[in-house]
Amino acid sequence: MIVLEGVTKVYSLGAVQVRALDGVDLSINRGEIVAVMGVSGSGKSTLMNILGCLDVPTSGSYSLDGEDVGSLDDDKLAYIRNRKVGFVFQTYNLLPRLTALANVELPLLYGRGRRQRRQRAQEALERVGLADRMRHKPAELSGGQQQRVGIARALVKDPAILLADEPTGNLDSRSSEEIISMLIRLNRDEGITVVVVTHSPEIAARTDRVISMLDGRIVDDTPVDRDR
Amino acid sequence: MNLLDIANSALTSLWANKLRSSLTVLGIVIGVAAVISLMSIGRGAQASITERIQSLGTNLLFVQPGATSFGGIFFGQGSASTLTLDDAYAISDPTAIPSVSAVAPELSTFGDIVFGRENTSTQVLGVTTEYLDVRNLELSTGGFISQGHVTNRSEVAVLGSFTSETLFGLRDPVGQTIRINDRRFTVIGVLDSEGGGPFGQLDDQILVPITTAYYRLASERTTQGDVTVNLISVQVEDEDLMDQAEGEIATLLRLRHRLTSEDDFTINNQQDTLETLEETTDTFVMFLGAIAGISLLVGGIGIMNIMLVSVTERTREIGIRKAMGATRRDILVQFMSEAIVLSIGGGGIGVLAGIALSRLIDGRTLLGQNFETVFSGDIVVLALFVSAAIGLFFGIYPAVRAARQHPIDALRYE
Repeated sequence: MIVLEGVTKVYSLGAVQVRALDGVDLSINRGEIVAVMGVSGSGKSTLMNILGCLDVPTSGSYSLDGEDVGSLDDDKLAYIRNRKVGFVFQTYNLLPRLTALANVELPLLYGRGRRQRRQRAQEALERVGLADRMRHKPAELSGGQQQRVGIARALVKDPAILLADEPTGNLDSRSSEEIISMLIRLNRDEGITVVVVTHSPEIAARTDRVISMLDGRIVDDTPVDRDR
Repeated sequence: MNLLDIANSALTSLWANKLRSSLTVLGIVIGVAAVISLMSIGRGAQASITERIQSLGTNLLFVQPGATSFGGIFFGQGSASTLTLDDAYAISDPTAIPSVSAVAPELSTFGDIVFGRENTSTQVLGVTTEYLDVRNLELSTGGFISQGHVTNRSEVAVLGSFTSETLFGLRDPVGQTIRINDRRFTVIGVLDSEGGGPFGQLDDQILVPITTAYYRLASERTTQGDVTVNLISVQVEDEDLMDQAEGEIATLLRLRHRLTSEDDFTINNQQDTLETLEETTDTFVMFLGAIAGISLLVGGIGIMNIMLVSVTERTREIGIRKAMGATRRDILVQFMSEAIVLSIGGGGIGVLAGIALSRLIDGRTLLGQNFETVFSGDIVVLALFVSAAIGLFFGIYPAVRAARQHPIDALRYE
């Protein structure tokens, strides 16, 4: 489903070259839920950007859902993001002027499949339990509710992969629990592939597999042993 | 995104910054209103100039004798005495030139005019019966010179309104006897006031039969004894036949004068004069429009300025949209549409303001000038077109900048 082979990403900051990713090999199967851990600067954000087709590797190959996306141009990448990837951000990244419903409709504005936009957005909001908050603007919602709008927006196009970058980083423990439970439920019940970046060992322990990163490399990749 | 989505999204984000958007629109409103009202004023001036010329008749040809030169000194148009009354009659012959409807020859000279204790010195114009019609003149009292007067070289005179006032004041001149160069003339009529025209002060003159002018008043005679004329005004049946008539008259005169090389006459076309004048005033109108267009340009720069600010402010939004699958083109269209909504919206309001302003000015006297405005649809189309073009032109750079943002950098932007 996701196959990375020797993926390297080099950024040039003036004269200095930074190897954000250094020969990463990784494969994630359909229906898996994977936690990515590591200190800041370890390359996990760069990995997420490449997984989410926001960026392309400097070298190496990346195939998503059977499609080689390592060397596509901007418009093709936009298309892949629209069809196959759902993003959940730490800071929610909702558009403040739009209602929850309009925010969820946003991915449906782009690319194909515009029909029944309103209805699909409503269904997505119902899936995250916000049927009664559709007309509210982000500022009128709690952090947990905003993140649920974010998840609904990520789900609305039925993506192959859901990428969550510290989705609970800005939330209190109760809302965090809600969001994590929701991600796990979406994975277990609906079979959506989830990759979640987190600093929390508790969250990591509830996933199938934990990947640890350091200096742009994967230093540990272990399945979670639930019986222990 | 379909057109409705695009318009909706543009209006939503402009509405979010109402004050800023309306000030930006105001720049375009002022520009468009200025273009429309200034061009209407220009068109108004053009119309009143054209109207004055047309009141003289646009279907006139003026035949004048050629220039003379004596010892290398050039005496100017009409100084030769090569045109005769018989030439005029030949032109008016319908079998020769069917497109000519009337011919009015004239011979001008100067005379000292005396009535009682009043005297004046003015132009004395020898004319025929047709003169009144061809030159579009009206009599205020009395009658005009008849064919009989011309044939009999009668000593009768028709006064210009100013001359009449000079000599007679408020008295009725008809039937009175005046002296022109010590010859006695009976006043038979007075012309209506015409005002100044491009051919001099028409109110200060005396009209007499052309034969009388030639035999009794003029100082020069030709050796052949023909009556010479200074000017033949030819009325053509239809404006479309002007060129044809001009050619036929030229041919006729060349035959009559047995010319082989250079013409000893010139033909001027009233239509040509009008066209030249219209070209000049068109330039004037365009010039006024261009001056107003500068303020439209400034308004366009305002749009660009505000769009650049908007792109910077909304970098994060651009990042989010790109992460959700917006292509460069989607982002480009979004920002372009905002710029175009601003400019066309401003254009629309500006058109209404411009129309209102030109209505307000119409017929009013400002700073001692009487303004007339002529408003027409093409100005509106022009103003709207230019404002839309300005929106496109000044919107494209900010929109391209927005579209070029890298999604990761845009998402991280604080």
